[in-house]
Amino acid sequence: MEQMKNNFIVQAWLVLILALCFGSSIASINLALSPIIKTNKINETMEKVPELVLGINGAAKLAISGKKLDINSQMVTIERKNSRISYKVFQAINEEEVSGWVVKASGQGYADKIELLIGLDKTMESITGLFVLEQKETPGLGSKISQWDFRKQFVSKKTKSPIIPTKTGASASNEIDAITGATISSRSVCSIVNVAAKNVRTALAKTPFKINQEK
Amino acid sequence: MAHDPTPFERFIQGIIPENPVYRQLLGLCPTLAVTNNMQSAITMAGAVTFVLLCANIITSLIRNLLKPHLRIVIFTLTIATFVTLVDRFLAAYMYTMSKSLGPYIPLIIVNCIIIARCEVCASKQDVFTAASDAIGQSMGFALALASIAGVREILGTGMFFGIRVLPAAWPDWVIMALPPGAFLTFGLLLGVVNFIESKRAEKKIHKG
Repeated sequence: MEQMKNNFIVQAWLVLILALCFGSSIASINLALSPIIKTNKINETMEKVPELVLGINGAAKLAISGKKLDINSQMVTIERKNSRISYKVFQAINEEEVSGWVVKASGQGYADKIELLIGLDKTMESITGLFVLEQKETPGLGSKISQWDFRKQFVSKKTKSPIIPTKTGASASNEIDAITGATISSRSVCSIVNVAAKNVRTALAKTPFKINQEK
Repeated sequence: MAHDPTPFERFIQGIIPENPVYRQLLGLCPTLAVTNNMQSAITMAGAVTFVLLCANIITSLIRNLLKPHLRIVIFTLTIATFVTLVDRFLAAYMYTMSKSLGPYIPLIIVNCIIIARCEVCASKQDVFTAASDAIGQSMGFALALASIAGVREILGTGMFFGIRVLPAAWPDWVIMALPPGAFLTFGLLLGVVNFIESKRAEKKIHKG
């Protein structure tokens, strides 16, 4: 009878040992590779900033003229009653004038975290672009949030009134068409955009952006 | 079969006679999803090869310690580990490819081909046989992915590995690059493989 008690641990010793070995090997590989993955993501963000701020045509014109945007970045933190939220905010400067902002924001999607880049104009009143940095939504349904057909709906929407996904065809100026079969994913993207735009606007109104404070 | 298959038999069987996609109809999710161009198909096949080889070797090494009711847990644990390694590796060194394959790399964890090979071969036979089985099956998988991706990329975009092969006048059959194209191509190729196989079986009967 004594043996029966022990049985579970005794039987599972191989599973436990393997789990430990595999876990530590994944951890060490992740430790080694995560700086590279991080750099990849930053590079991608920097590449996307002109397109998000100036639009696809504007970015193409800029590239032809051989000019580049100066990009400053800073963490913007919003204090709430019982939580703190931080956003990485990029300031795009064209010929010594602020031409727009890009906010990196994330939130819970249907399957996993969704990470977005939101382009805002210089007054932060309207959206100039949207890009999906990372998503693991259902392939073929929720994953459509990264397609241009969905993202383009956000361009030139105002940030004052929250953007609402609708299933019956967008008619009002603050409505967008939700993706069929992916209501949750569409709603998540809208709420991430709404919350981030509002938070960053209020935070920057209080404490102005410090140039070159952090790269 | 009276005896266990030899390493060479395992290797050959994986490529055509027991092709994981065309004969066993396993792993169809990636087969349909990532075959709209050759580059992603080959990357997928490479990732599966690595995972299958490592999982088969590990499973074969510990096959005498496996308890029947805990074996699936151990297979899944092993497979998940190597899939995570591949996923991180792709994100670090092939970032754009990793983005375009998206969730299909993590989904290798639930790819039936790998767990089937652990169950059928690696948990019963020695390391060398398990490794050659893994390589044979992965080559069969790569062959299947490449055949479907080749047809779809050429007809859908007029290109092969991103290089134009059909004249610019070719009206791209966009449907071939879209999900329906995957089902059409797979169905037709499966039909061809079955036809050849039935002809071969007929010949065998006549000879016998």
